[in-house]
Formats: sequence, structure tokens, C-alpha cells
Amino acid sequence: MAGLILRRLLLFVPTLWVIGTLTFFLVHMAPGGPFQSEKEIPASAREQMLRTYGLDRPLAEQYGRFLWSAVRGDLGPSYKYPQRQVRDIIAEAFRVSAELGGLALLLALLLGVPLGVVAAVHHNRLPDHAAMALALAGVSVPNFVLGPLLVLVFSLGLYWLPPALWTGPASRVLPVVTLSTAYVAYIARLTRAGMLEVLRQDYIRTARAKGLAEHVVVIRHALRLGLLPVLSYLGPAAAGIVMGSVAVEQVFAVPGLGRQLVNAAFNRDYTLVLGVVLFYATALMLLNLVVDVLYTRLDPRVAAANP
Amino acid sequence: MSIGLVPPATVAQPVRRQTRSLWSDGWRRLRRNRVAMASGAFLLAMCVLAAFAPWLPLVRDPALQDLKLGATAPGWVHWFGTDDLGRDLFARVLSGGRISLLVGLVGTLVSLLVGVSWGAVAGYAGGRLDEFMMRVVDVLYSLPYIFLVILLLVFFERSLVMLFVALGLVQWLTMARIVRGQVLSLKAQPFVEAARALGASDASIVFRHLVPNTLGPVIVYTTLTVPAVILQEAFLSFLGLGVQPPGASWGTLVADGARVLAIFPWLVIFPGLALSLTLLAFNFLGDGLRDALDPQGRGDR
Repeated sequence: MAGLILRRLLLFVPTLWVIGTLTFFLVHMAPGGPFQSEKEIPASAREQMLRTYGLDRPLAEQYGRFLWSAVRGDLGPSYKYPQRQVRDIIAEAFRVSAELGGLALLLALLLGVPLGVVAAVHHNRLPDHAAMALALAGVSVPNFVLGPLLVLVFSLGLYWLPPALWTGPASRVLPVVTLSTAYVAYIARLTRAGMLEVLRQDYIRTARAKGLAEHVVVIRHALRLGLLPVLSYLGPAAAGIVMGSVAVEQVFAVPGLGRQLVNAAFNRDYTLVLGVVLFYATALMLLNLVVDVLYTRLDPRVAAANP
Repeated sequence: MSIGLVPPATVAQPVRRQTRSLWSDGWRRLRRNRVAMASGAFLLAMCVLAAFAPWLPLVRDPALQDLKLGATAPGWVHWFGTDDLGRDLFARVLSGGRISLLVGLVGTLVSLLVGVSWGAVAGYAGGRLDEFMMRVVDVLYSLPYIFLVILLLVFFERSLVMLFVALGLVQWLTMARIVRGQVLSLKAQPFVEAARALGASDASIVFRHLVPNTLGPVIVYTTLTVPAVILQEAFLSFLGLGVQPPGASWGTLVADGARVLAIFPWLVIFPGLALSLTLLAFNFLGDGLRDALDPQGRGDR
């Protein structure tokens, strides 16, 4: 197990290098630069700025400096907000995104798993069809459509909840609900498929034959294995929730990581862009690793295959 | 399904059942799925309406402005209302659908061509080449895709071609995996050996004999790729990175509408509804096709 983790951690290095290099050259090869605003600035001032940030150096030297600062984990100040460090901006934005994403994922599990279990237990009957139609609808409505519609009803129509920003508990409700909808639907579908598979197994029949109550069979015996597909989905889901929140953060003006990236890209804030991309890639790989480790712990069959 | 319930008479006529092809069997099953058929009809209607909108009676010119009129609520004259420039929203939604559907179909076609060829070649070649080609797929999977797409579209000229490149970057990966798996199991079968014995070249074995046999799963996955591409495009357009004005896809329309949500809510409702219903119909159709064409792959056996 430790060997597996170590090998995966070692793989992080080349992957991050590829991603960092790709992003670096993408950003630097593009026409335009960080100090080309609409405002005319004197050529001498421009030169001064380029020199301060080392942008007048040959590309190879800039690349070398970037690699070195990336290894140290400190990309220096943002270009757009020179008084702030990239590290601090990311840390702050990540706290917001993590809270938004974490709450949304929690809500998705709390709603999606029961929905899937109910559907599987009532396989091919009305509750099943209703739950699955609902799930398909949830997958199909994009969150940037759902968000404005919820604002329309609950903020502008009923005046119950604030329509935007990230201040106080009430402002969290609409973004979290919007973000979680697609995940509720997907988790419900995965739970149902996993449960259907498990409920056919012999050991379930044995449990029933012992005379256990049906809810004990379903919750104590079937759910443990039935949830495995959901678990393996959680890694990509947790990563996707950051991606999905690009749209949700835009709709609700939430100051999270996705919004920072879009703004940084539009502002040509090179250091911030590179920082966010590298940070996101690392987080994604770590999450996948954690999920894989958990998976081996929960499913004895996988554990046997990876001693 | 439950074998025990099949009447003996049916079991006694296996020959007749075998002569039915996968396609007519699948079609028969699909026809019984009313939701999938309704979705198919809806999509067909949507495609026809969007494609022929400029020539249809009652549909106005989507670019025609009427500044004196301004934004009006839905009514008898303008079914979906008008936007702040007085443009007819019904016509705008149809012309937006034209772009969204076109992007979805072309994007899917690109991913289909690349993914099927990549997967089939990898699966058939096996060995080192297979190993290498699948590693490439793994690495592309692990990229923070949406971030790179955003960067690509921010830093370079935003055009439809760029959009296709960005969308095509990732959509073919799953397709390649599916096709490779299919080809791996197919290439051991006698008909491949027969083709080789007849002197067929590797290329013709892959593309004439193996690929056609993977069509079932490929069609199913294609139906699910179309809504994925449409959604991606809408998302990028929503961020202002996709289709550029004066062109407008459903994503652009939703983004424009969201800015004036408090005063002209219909500008979000109708394009959002068109987008969501189309995605829903594609998903229903894809599910129905999976049940019809790929009975083993269903969640419920």
C-alpha cells in the first residue's frame, strides 16, 4: 500500500511539470501582455514594469525562473494586484471554493444516495421511474441556467434569499443548491446501478434467508458494496465541482478559485494563472489518490489485487 | 430478463430469432420506449425548426432591431418577447439553437472520427503501440481540462474553429477507450482470422471488419456526447469565451439574459428552457438507445 502511494506521488512530478510547461508557453506565446491596458502608459514606465517582473528577459530564462519558483511553491506577487502574493490569493479563494464545493458534495450525497436506494429497492416500479426521470432532468439543466432561475424565484420573487455574494449563511444556500443538483442526479444514478448489482448477489439472499428485516439487509449489507461506484466517482466529482463552480461562482459572484482563474486569464495575470492551474492540478491528483486508497480499503477484491 | 417466463414455443424456434438482426431488434425495443421516441421526435422537430428558421413563415429576422419597441414581455406578436434592442426572442432562440446544435453535431463528429480511429488502431495493434497510445489518453485525462480550454480561448483568437479544437481536445478520450475495449475482444474472433486468411490488409481489417462491429456502443456513446458538447459550448459561451457576437448560441443568450434577470426574466427563461429540454431529450434518447442496442450494458439485467 505504501509503495503504491509512493509511486503515485512520484508520478505527480512529471505530470505537474508537463502541465506547468504547457500553461507557461500557452500564456507567453499568446499575443498581448499583462501591461497592455486601454490606458496609454509612457514607454519608459512600461519598460520599467517589464524589467521589474523580468519580462524583458529571454523566454528560456523566464521559464527557468518560473520552474524554480514553482518548485519552491512561491510564485511571487500577482501582476494585477502587485501588493498581494499569488499564494495568499489562491489560499483565500480556495477556502471559499472548498466550502462551496464541500457543502454541495455533502448535499449531493445526502439526497442522491437515498434517492438511488429507493429507486433500486423499487426496481422498475413507479418510484424507480420517477426518481430516474428526476435524475435525468437534474443532469440536463445546466447550472448556469438553474442559478438565474432560482434567483428569479427565491430572491426576486419571494425575497427569501440574497441573489449573490458570499456573506453570511443565507447567501450560501442558492449557490450550494445550484452546484449540487447535477451531482445529486448523478450520485442517485450510480447508487441505483450499484445497488441493483449488489441486491442480486448470493450473500444478500443469505441475509434475507436468515430472516433479517429488509431495511437491515439493504442498509447494513447491500449499501456497503453498492456505494463503491459512488466512491470512485467522488474523486472526479470533487475536481469537477471546482470546474462546475466556475459557472456557479460567476452567476452568484462568489469569490472562489474558478472566478479567480477566469479573471486572471482576462487580466493576463500570468503568475496568478500559473498558480491556479498548478494548484488545481495538484488538488485533483491528490483527491484521486485519496479515493483510490479508500477504495482499496473498502473493497476486499481490489485489496487482493494490489497487495 | 426472466428466462423462466418465456413460453416453450418461443424457445423451440431459435432459428427465427437469430435471423433478426441487431438493428431490427434494437429498433423494436426502442419503439416500445415511449419517452425515448418522444425525445427523438422533439429533437427532430428542434433540428428542423432551427435549420430552416430563416425560410419559415411567422419567424422574424433574429437580427432585426426595433429600438423604439425595446424589451417587451411575451405576447401574441412576439411569442417569447423581445430583448432590449427589440429583437424577437423566438427567432433568436431558433438561430441560437442552430449554432448550438451545429457545434454539438460537428464537435461530436470530430470526437467520433478521432476517438474511433485511435481506439481501434490501439486495440488492434496491441503491444508497445497500444501501451503508448493509451498512456497519451491517460495523460490528457489528467489535465485540468477546463482551465486549459479557458486559457486557450482567452489568449488566442476566439473563433468557431478554436472552439472546436478546444471541445474536441477531450471528448474523444472516452470514445477511444470504449472502442479499444471492443476491438480487443473482437480481434480474437474467427471472422478476423478469416479476413486475414483472405489477404485483407491491416487497415481494411480494422476499418471494414472491426469498426463496424463496434457500432452499437459507439452509437450509444455518440448520443451522449452530443449533449455533453452542447453543454460545454454553452458553458464557454456563458463565460463569454464561446460564440462571439453578433452570433449567439443558447449559452450566449442565457448569459445576456442573466444580466437583466431582474427586469426582463423571459430573456433567461426561454433560451434556458430550449437548452435544458434539448439536453434532456438527448439524454433520454441515449438511455433508450443503450437499453435497445446494448442490453448487456444496462444497469438492470
